[in-house]
Amino acid sequence: MNKISIIIKREYMTRVRKKSFIIMTILAPVLMAALIILPTFLMMNQEQDYKKIAVIEDNSDLFRGVIKNTSTLEFEYLDNVKIDDIKGSFEEAGYYGVLYISPELITTPNAVQLISKKQPPIGLLEHIENSLENEIERQKLMTYNIENLDQILKNVETRVNIQTKKIGESGEIKETSTGIAMALVYIGGFLMYMLVFIFGAQVMRGVIEEKTSRVVEVIVSSVKPVELMMGKIIGIALVGLTQFLIWVFLTIAITGIVKSTVLKSGDLAGVTQSVTHSVLSPEQQEQMAAEVPEINPELVEFSKLFESAMNQPWGLIILSFIFYFVTGYLLYASIFAAIGSAVDNETETQQFMLPVTIPIILALMVAMGTMQNPESSLSFWFSLIPLTSPIVMMARLPFGVPYWQLAVSMFLMVVTFIAFVWMAAKVYRTGILMYGKKTSWQEIWKWLKYNG
Amino acid sequence: MALFEARNVTKKYGDHLALDGVSISVPEQCIFGLLGPNGAGKTTLIRIINQITGPDSGELFLKGKKLTPGDVMSIGYLPEERGLYKKMKVGEQALYFAQLKGLSKDEAMKRLRYWFKKLDIVDWWGKKVEELSKGMQQKVQFVTTVLHEPRLIIFDEPFTGFDPVNANIIKNEILFLRERGATIIFSTHNMESVEELCDNITLINKSKTILEGNVYDIRKQWAANEFDIVMEGDIAIEGNGEFSVLDRKFENGRSTMKLKTTGTGHADLILRKALNSGNIISFNPSLPSMNEIFIRVVESRN
Repeated sequence: MNKISIIIKREYMTRVRKKSFIIMTILAPVLMAALIILPTFLMMNQEQDYKKIAVIEDNSDLFRGVIKNTSTLEFEYLDNVKIDDIKGSFEEAGYYGVLYISPELITTPNAVQLISKKQPPIGLLEHIENSLENEIERQKLMTYNIENLDQILKNVETRVNIQTKKIGESGEIKETSTGIAMALVYIGGFLMYMLVFIFGAQVMRGVIEEKTSRVVEVIVSSVKPVELMMGKIIGIALVGLTQFLIWVFLTIAITGIVKSTVLKSGDLAGVTQSVTHSVLSPEQQEQMAAEVPEINPELVEFSKLFESAMNQPWGLIILSFIFYFVTGYLLYASIFAAIGSAVDNETETQQFMLPVTIPIILALMVAMGTMQNPESSLSFWFSLIPLTSPIVMMARLPFGVPYWQLAVSMFLMVVTFIAFVWMAAKVYRTGILMYGKKTSWQEIWKWLKYNG
Repeated sequence: MALFEARNVTKKYGDHLALDGVSISVPEQCIFGLLGPNGAGKTTLIRIINQITGPDSGELFLKGKKLTPGDVMSIGYLPEERGLYKKMKVGEQALYFAQLKGLSKDEAMKRLRYWFKKLDIVDWWGKKVEELSKGMQQKVQFVTTVLHEPRLIIFDEPFTGFDPVNANIIKNEILFLRERGATIIFSTHNMESVEELCDNITLINKSKTILEGNVYDIRKQWAANEFDIVMEGDIAIEGNGEFSVLDRKFENGRSTMKLKTTGTGHADLILRKALNSGNIISFNPSLPSMNEIFIRVVESRN
């Protein structure tokens, strides 16, 4: 036992002290935080991207004031200006573009032009189109001479926005977001895939290094091959866990710091209150808007996401992640160790890598499918099968998984990884001392049957 | 009393019989040569002694007691296929191996300082292994093999990679270790060093022992009553049926002759004849080299 700890210490220390490890450990959370923060920043910066647009109608004022200004768009009606006069000089006059509306627009939908130097953003086009469409609709309706039309229209206009709520075990209703769940699936699945593969492959390379540099024979004269293998696997697992925990901690810290400086907490609270109403009449909306005037709708969306992210069962997810990482890693790392022991150099690993990669790729595919349909029987079975369960179960967790399924999956995982470690140890013991022979699957099968 | 003994050791790898009832007995403070052509089973036997693999049948004894897993602490092993972690620093690495052999950190440091000084490699302590020459690496490896003061040390081709000066240093260290009480199993293809160092040998061929015993006894046994004599001047001596001249050369004013007597122990007959014929420069019983014996024994079996 003491010897394993000496080996673990060496495996751990030599890796943790590497420059590449230190750089990756610090850089990754910065990138992750950037990934979270960047969208917020982009939203903030949009406001500064202010556009002024000149609107010209040919000798009419049918659409005057129809297109409303927004926080980033300003529409200025120019009377007595011909389109040809301003065509060449609008940029100098401080306009982003010129909107030319011909009076035939009511009958001819194409009779409107936006002239600009740059490709106009889709939001701008939609805004103009919607405003004009509404106005034309209104004007056409007016021709029917209906009494109190304005009032009727206002009453009819509604906006629907589905609020997803999940009912917990205890019956409390939580606001959830499928978007957040999907993000978790992506992050959880890929993180698992990457960690298992990166660190599993490190185990393999470590074994190959020991074998090709012939260190291994010296070491196995002091310790049992199994001890060497387990020491290496555990040492590298600790490296992985260290890195993972630093990542989680740093990402939370960086995101937290940036968020508290960028978004004022008072705003967030106001926003959260304002969005609890699901269906609002236009008057109510206006009223609400008047109460919280400075908040733009994207910020509302964002804080909603934030709130629903908080409602995920984080404790369960993180604990399960650690469990599946450790067991999934042990499972794959022992396979990688066995492969490393069976070959003479890294190029020879390919024939053995394919069968190992297939279950992981399958798992990733099923995990993607899980997002479309978390309750499918495919997801169910793959979240129980040990080779794929670490990834698929992580994908299912944000959508809620019955505890018995989680328990069965974990139990199978433990049984399987013990069996794999045992078999890997047998292959490893023989493999590390075999040189210069190309190893086949039959050969490995034979090694499994050798005794001590 | 034998320090180490293996009795009837048999080991199979699948259909391949690597060792077939091999026995060796290594007396205390002896340098024991374990010889044999490639693929004879030497490495398998050495791995069994080191408990890297277990025998299918047969028994192993250290100081008369059955070999136990704890005994790896009393054994030092320098394998033929040896290496160090290339990216690791020399000192750290030596310390690591010492700790794996059960030494405490302090004790290991103390002994390492002694050995690094003795082999003149102190300056390399903080260097990475990949910066070292092959000979340097071998020295580091030698230190890690003997650091825990094992009773039984197994050297598999210890001199490969050394220049003659360093090979000699290592040879003297091996003799020094023996002096201090260690018993040494020495596996090599270099028969000259066997003649020079080994007291006893066992020759394994095709998984079986084919020759064993004291080196001098074996050479005498294969000697076949031949003698080499060197005399001043151009001299020829005749045996008159008591001995025959196999070969005669005259070079640089000296005659070199190879003679063979018909019976045993008739060296005096030759000497008497020679004394009457001129001045003797040297006279030696012509022992076959271990190399010749090795080749002859192995070939006669194939």
